[in-house]
Amino acid sequence: MDLFEYQARDLFESHGVPVLGGAVAFTPEEAEKAAASMGGRVVVKAQVKVGGRGKAGGVKLAESPADAKEKAAAILGMDIKGHTVHKVMIAQAAPIESEYYLAILLDRANRNFLVMASVAGGMEIEEVAHTSPEKLARIGIDPNVGITKEKAREIISGGQFPSDVAGQVEDVLLKLWAAFVAEDATLMEINPLVKTSDGKVVALDGKVTLDDNAGFRHPNHEALVDHDAANPLEAAAKEKNLNYVKLDGQVGIIGNGAGLVMSTLDVVAYAGEKYGVKPANFLDIGGGASAQVMADGLSIILGDPDVRSVFVNVFGGITACDAVANGIVQALQILGDKATKPIVVRLDGNNVLEGRRILNEAAHPLVQQLDTMDGAAAKAAELAAK
Amino acid sequence: MAIFINESTKVIVQGMTGSEGSKHTGRMLKSGTKVVGGVTPGKGGQSVEIEGVSLPVFNTVAEAMAATGANASVVFVPPKFAKAAVLDAIDSGIELCVVITEGIPVHDSAAFYAHAVAKGTTRLIGPNCPGLISPGKSNIGIIPSDITGAGRIGLVSKSGTLTYQMMYELRDFGFSTAVGIGGDPIIGTTHIDCLRAFQDDPDTDAIVMIGEIGGDAEERAAAFIGEYVTKPVVGYVAGFTAPEGKTMGHAGAIVSGSSGTAAAKQSALEAVGVKVGKTPSETAALMRAILSNAK
Repeated sequence: MDLFEYQARDLFESHGVPVLGGAVAFTPEEAEKAAASMGGRVVVKAQVKVGGRGKAGGVKLAESPADAKEKAAAILGMDIKGHTVHKVMIAQAAPIESEYYLAILLDRANRNFLVMASVAGGMEIEEVAHTSPEKLARIGIDPNVGITKEKAREIISGGQFPSDVAGQVEDVLLKLWAAFVAEDATLMEINPLVKTSDGKVVALDGKVTLDDNAGFRHPNHEALVDHDAANPLEAAAKEKNLNYVKLDGQVGIIGNGAGLVMSTLDVVAYAGEKYGVKPANFLDIGGGASAQVMADGLSIILGDPDVRSVFVNVFGGITACDAVANGIVQALQILGDKATKPIVVRLDGNNVLEGRRILNEAAHPLVQQLDTMDGAAAKAAELAAK
Repeated sequence: MAIFINESTKVIVQGMTGSEGSKHTGRMLKSGTKVVGGVTPGKGGQSVEIEGVSLPVFNTVAEAMAATGANASVVFVPPKFAKAAVLDAIDSGIELCVVITEGIPVHDSAAFYAHAVAKGTTRLIGPNCPGLISPGKSNIGIIPSDITGAGRIGLVSKSGTLTYQMMYELRDFGFSTAVGIGGDPIIGTTHIDCLRAFQDDPDTDAIVMIGEIGGDAEERAAAFIGEYVTKPVVGYVAGFTAPEGKTMGHAGAIVSGSSGTAAAKQSALEAVGVKVGKTPSETAALMRAILSNAK
């Protein structure tokens, strides 16, 4: 889960990482109030989970609370790269002397954690990494050791931080690592980390990604979920614990296992070229899917108005094909007249004969079975074209 | 021969007394795997009857190894307790630890992976993987044993069900070993580890490598193939048509920007002579052609 900037700011603050004052506002009036309580100049910042908001006009300086209200009114409701702005952050403005970059992230290639640090902050760090890689220190962190004082000094020297801020940056590094571990983060980025004109080092903007798998030890992370963003079908699927992603095609897809479902999307996309149709969604019913899970998945897909046909592609490993077949039959019973779209089923693997027998016996007029993944994909694409 | 496991591999099941653990212990026993016991902390001294076999339960992996001579463990412990279970396996010095559990926090995986590397005695496979099978010899994890029999193809894949699909497509040839390495951001055994082992295995003639969008594991595997692998390799990458910026299930399967796309992986593989199929059936046909020509 990616956090909004204001959520990252609050999280940093709670772990002692130095930040400036900031508050979230959903209306121009709230923005005005927040600016008044902070006093002085503030920055009004669009809260969207996408880069480039400054260039898009989503960040504005405000001289007074009334000005903050006006700026917030202009920014709220803006569209930034397809993201509607539902909230702004009112942040204390500070005179900036230098901008640095600091990040801790999961390093998949090296299977540990990585710190990236540079005194060339503020701009696109990808650009720095590309054009002057010597300015970006990349230092691996042993997960079982973490960022010690020695490691912090190595990072500071590698990132070429000036000596007058070294002590403060060391403190930020130690606290950021503690936060990274305590919150089960996979990314904590501060860009920019700034030195203000009075010599203080503070995090001005932050990006945080939290590990969804660690939710069981962070009941408080649930409150950080952005419910506005989810597509209604995605939200309904999430409620049923289904792994569903809405796409923009016409062939509904259900399968078991992320790899097989992705592969199914490919096969359907190729088969659909001829008919001008594409996959409508990704839906993985998982390894040990029961009849109920199958029924839940089918209900969601049949509820998608864009869907014109459905392809159920299951290779039974742990999932037994008879359970899948029963799930399809049950789902159609629950849906009754609401089920109006043709369903192409391809079953193979664990208990396949029993699964096929159940579907043949039920003989539902909407359901047809094909033996191969390619053949079934072609049929589902053809049916969606009609 | 096979890679990582063979007919004499003795397996203990961590979490055998749980519902998933006991179900799959039964399936492993039925497929001929030498399961010799289980580990559940606090339940040491009990025994469990599965598939007509009485299996002793131990408190720790070290105790289980001492009593049974086990040299491999498979972990079905829920995410909350998985880190402790894997650390127990590593500390006991067991040769192979296969972590089936899905949903382990990545900080936990990072910690136990680093510990395994530091200790240097345990090969980890997974987490979030289906395990591995050498048909007719040993089957550790949840891969169905009845898809196909023994043969001379080696298979390595991030995805479980795609592994099954590919084994099914090539069931008339059979497999030396099929390894599901898992789709998590941090995994113990990589494509490269398996490619090296298959290249060195005299009973493997050709290799199928299945990847997914996201990350650069396939690109690194391609570089390794160029350097080290002389056996024919056929590749498949799932997610050619996936839209950018969408996460699809596996933590690994995210496309963002140009790097990590299926097309980028395909060209990296083709640059080192790997034939890449656009679908599982096309991939199987490429392998079929290679093996038929060799006959």
